Formats: sequence, C-alpha cells, structure tokens
Amino acid sequence: MSGGDIKTLAAALASGETTSVALTEQALAAIGVHGGALNAFITVDGERALAEARAADERIARGEAGPLTGIPMAHKDLFCTEGVKTTAASRMLDDFVPPYDATVVARLRAAGAVMVGKTNLDEFAMGSSNETSYYGPVKNPWDASCVPGGSSGGSAAAVAARLVPYATGTDTGGSIRQPAALSGITGLKPTYGRVSRYGIVAFASSLDQAGMLCASAEDAAHVLGAIAGFDEHDSTAVDEPVPDYAALLGEDIRGRRVGIPREFLSEGVMPGVRSAFSAAADELGALGCTVEETSLPSLALSVPTYYVVAPAEASSNLARYDGVRFGHRAENPADLADLYERSRGEGFGAEVKRRILIGTFVLSHGYYDAYYLRAQQVRQLIADDFRKAFETYDFLIGPTTPTAAFAIGEKTADPVQMYLNDIFTIGVNMAGLPACSVPMGFDGMLPVGLQIIGRAFDEAGILRLAHHYQQATDWHTRVPEGFAS
Amino acid sequence: METVALDSTAVRRLAHLARIAVDEDTARSLGTELEHILAMVDQLSEVDVAGITPMAHPLALTQRLREDAVTESPDRERYQRNAPVTHDGVYLVPKVIESA
Repeated sequence: MSGGDIKTLAAALASGETTSVALTEQALAAIGVHGGALNAFITVDGERALAEARAADERIARGEAGPLTGIPMAHKDLFCTEGVKTTAASRMLDDFVPPYDATVVARLRAAGAVMVGKTNLDEFAMGSSNETSYYGPVKNPWDASCVPGGSSGGSAAAVAARLVPYATGTDTGGSIRQPAALSGITGLKPTYGRVSRYGIVAFASSLDQAGMLCASAEDAAHVLGAIAGFDEHDSTAVDEPVPDYAALLGEDIRGRRVGIPREFLSEGVMPGVRSAFSAAADELGALGCTVEETSLPSLALSVPTYYVVAPAEASSNLARYDGVRFGHRAENPADLADLYERSRGEGFGAEVKRRILIGTFVLSHGYYDAYYLRAQQVRQLIADDFRKAFETYDFLIGPTTPTAAFAIGEKTADPVQMYLNDIFTIGVNMAGLPACSVPMGFDGMLPVGLQIIGRAFDEAGILRLAHHYQQATDWHTRVPEGFAS
Repeated sequence: METVALDSTAVRRLAHLARIAVDEDTARSLGTELEHILAMVDQLSEVDVAGITPMAHPLALTQRLREDAVTESPDRERYQRNAPVTHDGVYLVPKVIESA
C-alpha cells in the first residue's frame, strides 16, 4: 500500500480507509525487510516518522490536508534535515547533524510529508553508480548484482522496490534521470533555478538542481508543485509563478513537435535500448505528436566540458571541509597544514579526491584559459544547440542512457568509462534545462528509460507528455519481482 | 592544450594546493587516473571557440539584492555542536603563531 501512487494514497487517507500511521508503519516494515539488502538507506528514523505521521493524521482529520499530507517519503542524504544526520555518503560528514532544514525539506514538511529516512548516494553526489558511497554500494532491485545508477541510487532503489512512493534527488549531470532509467522509475530534473538549492550539500553550483524520483509523471507533478518556487535563501532560485502541474497533465498534446537528436542514437547505444526507444517514439507519434530527427552537433563535447566545469566548481565548494568547524578531523595534527591535509585526505574517498584534484588543476595558474575558460565557451556552444533546437521543437527525446544497468564493479576501475555513461544526460545540465526519464521497456530483464527534454521552465509540458505516454503504456507500473506494488 | 603528464611529484604539488594528504603510492596511481581524465578532456582543444562568450551560468540573471536587514540571530552553541573541538565558543586549531 505504501507503494501506491500519490493520488490513490491521498484519497485513501482522505476517506479514512487508511491512516498516515498505517502507511508509515508499512513503509518502515518494507524498509526493515528489503532496505538492508538493497543498502538503499543511510538513516532510518522510525520514531520521528511515526510522530510526523500522527501529526499528519490530525491534520487530515481537521480537513487541512494537501496531496502529500501523511504520505511517507525519503530524502537523498544530500539534503540537510534539522536534527537528522546528513552525511552526503562521505566519511567527512559521517556524524554531521544539520542545525536547519534544506528548503526542499522544509517545504515538504510544511506539505505534511512524512520522512522515513535518508537515502544512500554516491559520495557528495559524485558518481553514476552509487559505488562511491562511504556506506557501500546500493543494489538494483531488478538485479542485485547490478548498480541502481547514481548518484541518487538509494532514492531510485527505494522507489523501484516500492519501499516509499517517492524520494528526493539531485541532478548535476544526470543523477536523477540516469538512476531513474536504470531502476525503472520516473525521475524529473527541473530547470536550473526552479527549485531552491538552499541546504543541499553543494557539488557544482551552476549545475546542481533538486528533483524527485517516483512511480509516475503524475506523482512527479504533485511533488514538484510542493517544492518549486522562489526562495530568498538561494540567489539563483527564480521568481517565476509555479503552475498547478498536476492540473495541467490532461491537456492536449496532439500536434506537439518532438525532435530526436541523432546524437542520442550514436553507436554506443545497445540494440535493446534502441528498439525500446524506437517503440517509445512511435507511441508518441500515435499520440498525435510530430516526431522527426534533428541534431545537437556539440553534444558529444558535453562529457569533457562537464569534467572541467563540475570538478572546478566542486574543488571550490569542497574547500569548506577543513576539519575545523564541522566534519571529519584527523587525530593529533602536528600543525594547521597537517590538520587540513590529513582531515581531507582521510575524510574524502577516491572519486571525490580525483575530482577536487582535476578542479584544482584546471583552475591553477597557467591552465585556467586552456581548460576552464575554454570549457565555459564549449558549454555555450552546447547550450546554443539546445536553444536552436527548441526554436523548432517543443521537446527533444532519446534514450536516457546508452545501456541498461551495469554490474557492480564493472566500471569502477576506469573513471572515464564511468563518466561516459552520462553522455546523454549531461548536456541538459550544461544548458540548465528541465528533463525527465520515464520507463520505456526492457533490455533483457533490466529496465531502460526515455528522456524527455523541454524548454526552460516547461516542466508542465514535459510532465504532460510523460503522463500521456504513461496513460498509453504500462512500463511505469512494472515492479521487480519480490517487491510489493 | 597538450598531453599532460602528472608524475607523483606533480600530483603531490596539486594535492598540497588542494590541502589533501596523499601518500606516494596513491600519488602514483592518482597521476595515471588524472592523466587519463585530462586526455579525455583534451577533445576540447580541437573545438573552434573563437569569439564565443564563456558561459558561467545557465540563467542570464543579474544578482538579486535584498534589504540589508537582520534576518537571523546568532546561536553559537547550536552551530558549534558539529565542531570537532571548541573552547569557550571558539574553534580550536593547532597553534599557528609560536610564542616568543
């Protein structure tokens, strides 16, 4: 039951057919059974969740419930939660208890959401497989030998296994869409600036954006409605009105122009992914959209551009971890330099160190123009490609990833191979656009995702197209064997 | 851009700039990994970027200003709860200035 869709759960709560306490107990029981094997959670706080559930039940009884009131959910452990440990899956923050809530957390709390726990992720959200977590890898519920994707891998696995109806995520280069695709669920990365970044442990500030992983586009619409909007605490949060996303899902999509950039069907795309995508594109045609091929010529440059821009921003953002004010501190430092260097050497894992060092390198004297400035220029070319494409098309589509989930350990030895997994998702972050991934079928036994990219601030359009697709198909209703729907 | 070679001395210099302690073995393996990543990044050197304005940010926004008003009050005890070592409200670090 706790795995049902948000609308059904809200109706059951409103009618008294169930209670928030009952749903929360079910979610906690499901996490008790499966959470450990999947390693999807870093922290589960049942007592706190049940207290929130009791408060939600009182609110429902008073007739003051919204669509999310009383429904259990989980936050990626990158969102600060007041009084609840927030680790970013790093040894550095192993015992960090934030004194405040992230804006996304505060808004969901105000909406009556019941937080059951904090989900596992790649350390500081740096990874595409959830294997860089200090707390160990997360397993894919479709095949426990495979990764769930990353960095929001715990959120993806928890929702795919229907332990919670939805979970928050963040997406810097694909960290919502890629795990959503690899775990067979729906994930939305909103436009840069649509959702406040306040209180999210920072990775790359010009790319980071918060969103959600859930079972359907309709559920995403409910969650986005609660978290989107201006926030005075984030200077990049945009002051644009927040539409009623859920109310707009039913509007007509006939005649919408959908472009398929041929770069999304490059040779690395597996045949099973290709055929699932081809069927999905046909489905959108059958729904009345005009679907035709187009091009994003600079897209292939998005991975090298990202691995300059994101590490550069990360190296400055992560400078705050100094072993002095919060976070890990080395024992018996000889002097201040030793304190900094050993605290950071011990506190950060291998991938985080690689990225900080790449960032330090590209920003260092003599290399700045050749790397960082040039990457920012190429970023402009990538964004221009999208701008031109959206002069003709309402949406761009393609497979979210070139392959289905890969095996745990398969790509850890070669960081560059791991990075190339995000080739279809990174461009969207470069341009700051909104995009979602929805399940579009299977390659063998593993799910694959359809990415739908829209114009800036057209989350309503993306969710509407995804919703119509999900009304015509049932891929999003598939649940891995052994997990209750 | 030209192919970058990062021997363990170069990696240790970089790691020191980033204030990250690395031992000799790690510096050697990190050097290879970083070279590999920079070789992938090297594709950018072939792109014609003449006259292209660097893009620092997705939104062409000007920095928003707010009233210069007090919005928070300090709560040192609460904020220092996460600090590894404090004393009388100050953060403790190893001695920086030697006494005369």
